Amino acid sequence: MAVINQTLAIPDFSLSPRIDHVGVEERASRFTKRSIKAETKVNGLKLTLNMIDLTTLEGKDTNGKVKQLCYKALHLHDAYPGLPTVAAICVYPSMVSVAKKALGNSGVKVAAVATAFPSGQAPRRVKISDTKFAVDNGADEIDMVISRGKFLEGEYSFVFDEIAAIKEACGNARLKVILETGELVTYDKVRRASDIAMYAGADFIKTSTGKVSPAATMPVTLVMLEAIRDFYYKTGKMIAMKPAGGISKSKLALHYLVMLQETLGEAWMNNHWFRFGASSLANDVLMQLEKERTGVYQSANYFSID
Amino acid sequence: MAKATKNNTLKLKFDSLKYAPAPESKSSATINAQYDLFINGKFERPLSKKYFDTINPATEEKLSSVADANAADIDKAVKAARNAYSNVWSKMAAKERAKYIYRIARMIQERAREFAVIETLDGGKPIRESRDIDIPLAANHFFYYAGWADKLDYAFPNQHPKSLGVAGQIIPWNFPLLMAAWKIAPALATGNTVVLKPAETTSLSALKLAEIIQESDLPPGVVNILTGAGATGAAIVNHPDINKIAFTGSTDVGKIIQRATAGTNKKVTLELGGKAANIIFEDAPIDQAVEGIINGIYFNQGHVCCAGSRLFVQESVYKEVLRKLKDRIATLIVGDPMDKNTDIGAINSKQQLETIHKYINIGKKEGAEMFESSCALPRKGFFCRPTLFTNVAQSSRIAQEEIFGPVLTIQTFRTDDEVIEKANNTPFGLSAGVWTDKGSKIFNLTTKLRAGVIWANTYNKFDPTSPFGGYKESGFGREGGLHGLGAYLNVHS
Repeated sequence: MAVINQTLAIPDFSLSPRIDHVGVEERASRFTKRSIKAETKVNGLKLTLNMIDLTTLEGKDTNGKVKQLCYKALHLHDAYPGLPTVAAICVYPSMVSVAKKALGNSGVKVAAVATAFPSGQAPRRVKISDTKFAVDNGADEIDMVISRGKFLEGEYSFVFDEIAAIKEACGNARLKVILETGELVTYDKVRRASDIAMYAGADFIKTSTGKVSPAATMPVTLVMLEAIRDFYYKTGKMIAMKPAGGISKSKLALHYLVMLQETLGEAWMNNHWFRFGASSLANDVLMQLEKERTGVYQSANYFSID
Repeated sequence: MAKATKNNTLKLKFDSLKYAPAPESKSSATINAQYDLFINGKFERPLSKKYFDTINPATEEKLSSVADANAADIDKAVKAARNAYSNVWSKMAAKERAKYIYRIARMIQERAREFAVIETLDGGKPIRESRDIDIPLAANHFFYYAGWADKLDYAFPNQHPKSLGVAGQIIPWNFPLLMAAWKIAPALATGNTVVLKPAETTSLSALKLAEIIQESDLPPGVVNILTGAGATGAAIVNHPDINKIAFTGSTDVGKIIQRATAGTNKKVTLELGGKAANIIFEDAPIDQAVEGIINGIYFNQGHVCCAGSRLFVQESVYKEVLRKLKDRIATLIVGDPMDKNTDIGAINSKQQLETIHKYINIGKKEGAEMFESSCALPRKGFFCRPTLFTNVAQSSRIAQEEIFGPVLTIQTFRTDDEVIEKANNTPFGLSAGVWTDKGSKIFNLTTKLRAGVIWANTYNKFDPTSPFGGYKESGFGREGGLHGLGAYLNVHS
């Protein structure tokens, strides 16, 4: 195994902090009581757009579909001047070269799901070559899945080593580690998996593939943000966060931003440190921005569906 | 990527945390320029002919003027209550009584927004709390006790529960409507009639409740609401035709009431001050415990008798808890109580703000180390930053006396026995909190802590079905739940 960071003492992950589920759900719901109005709302909506990993992860994806999505990434809604682009396009490894070409030097990143996404049920060498293929094709970011079966069996070293090996295969690409929290079920396990991922070299921790229900929830995301906070205080390293799946409305996205701001503070309030994995969120945000600008809601027909 | 730095230099930044104003509209609430006394189903001018001003503590502007009842007014109200008790209320079928109580509960719900706005304007508490906690809980108390009204024989089987007569009730300013509900609902359900005095700084929600009671067609005299200060309260306590005194407020006044009612036939319940221990063990879920500390001491500006004002942290997690606590304090929004994003509103009165400042100065003089939020405070109104003191001893006054403000004292401990001894080392005994992942530890502590209410892995949770009350100088008698009925009944076994 490659030693990723010799300065970090690796803790016993079975001793990860315990989470009180009543308490964490109460705290998460408290963020939803913040009332976001006026310029705070507009700024929050624009920031949300800029934090989106615009995603298509279908077996039926084609080069044409990916090219359209890349155009949308750069031109979210040209009728509204001055909008930001999204943060990244998230696709399967086979689509990386298409996306990379379509996005050019726009600054929008290409993220590839790898490691036998979404199940992760493949041997390590297959996962490593899957990752290398995506990186060789130009992926800026790799979204890997952990081996949930091994994790639930208590094989934490296996999970740790696998993440470390993929991190090495990533080279300069940033690594997002998907915990698939819907399969971990308890907050205690979400916390433990977060700790393993961060110590093993994750640049991001991410909730879900989007293929399992429930996907991202606010309490799960809060548990992960608190894990990031503890890791930061222990090591001085910032880790990024990506909730994915199930966030399709602006209001919910704003609640997430409130939670981020009040848990990790302003240093994390940008798309280097926080992403939304979402496919339909962008249009709802655009609709709300137009409502704020013009005072009226426009029909969904005015927003492109790429 | 940031290089690994030394832990103690790391700091999360919350300085830019600011939300655009989100004020609740005042238009849903009607506040009259002047309020009379609610006696025998009507609003009547006070025999005292005196009125006093009630102000908004967040702006120091006058909201209304309120009648100042004297002993003659109280006598008039007690006569009305006695008449209503003897001729109407005690004779009415219990299920009919329940209908009125249900009706009041529903009307509170229907006008919840108006109540919330009035509570916040008059008392200074954040609108989020009056909207989400005070008003829904007040309605729930009426609903809960309405259900008991025709089931008293089942609550006290073979004990022949009998109502007492006229109850004199004196309530504090920290939860004005909620405390009125805690007092009125069980009294009515058990067949008693009521003379109630709200606190002088927060009369308006009780007067709004009087309007609802009038609209509900509750028979005249069953509930009488008279405003005034200490002298008015004394007139209630000393009135010879009152059968029961229920008081919530300071321990000092509680002692006066206890002396005044000694040797009389009056039944008494007192819910007084507190200085609760909130105990964090090293195996606690720390992030949730920090939230519990915040909720324990900064809820309602710390104007909570059961506030977790004495924090005990096991020494091995002390540094972590303190750092997280300071980070959390940095995100608390202090300011306009009517803004929906405000976490900590205005201190209820100038007098109370002075008391809090007095204790903060005592803490500094005692050599304790102070930390306060760096937030800006509004120029007008009575505001206090959330504050905590470390390096505190059991013998420090700030750790012994009830401050009734957003001021926390922190001590560390090593063993279970040590913390139990320290937690019990107080004249008070209202509440306590225990935070641990270990069930056996919770049960060990709950049996040994001398406090009426003990929360495990949570804090400041209230429910009408759960009895509430104290040990030692925190008072006696229980409110809420089945126990709360007993306080308004004579039972024979």
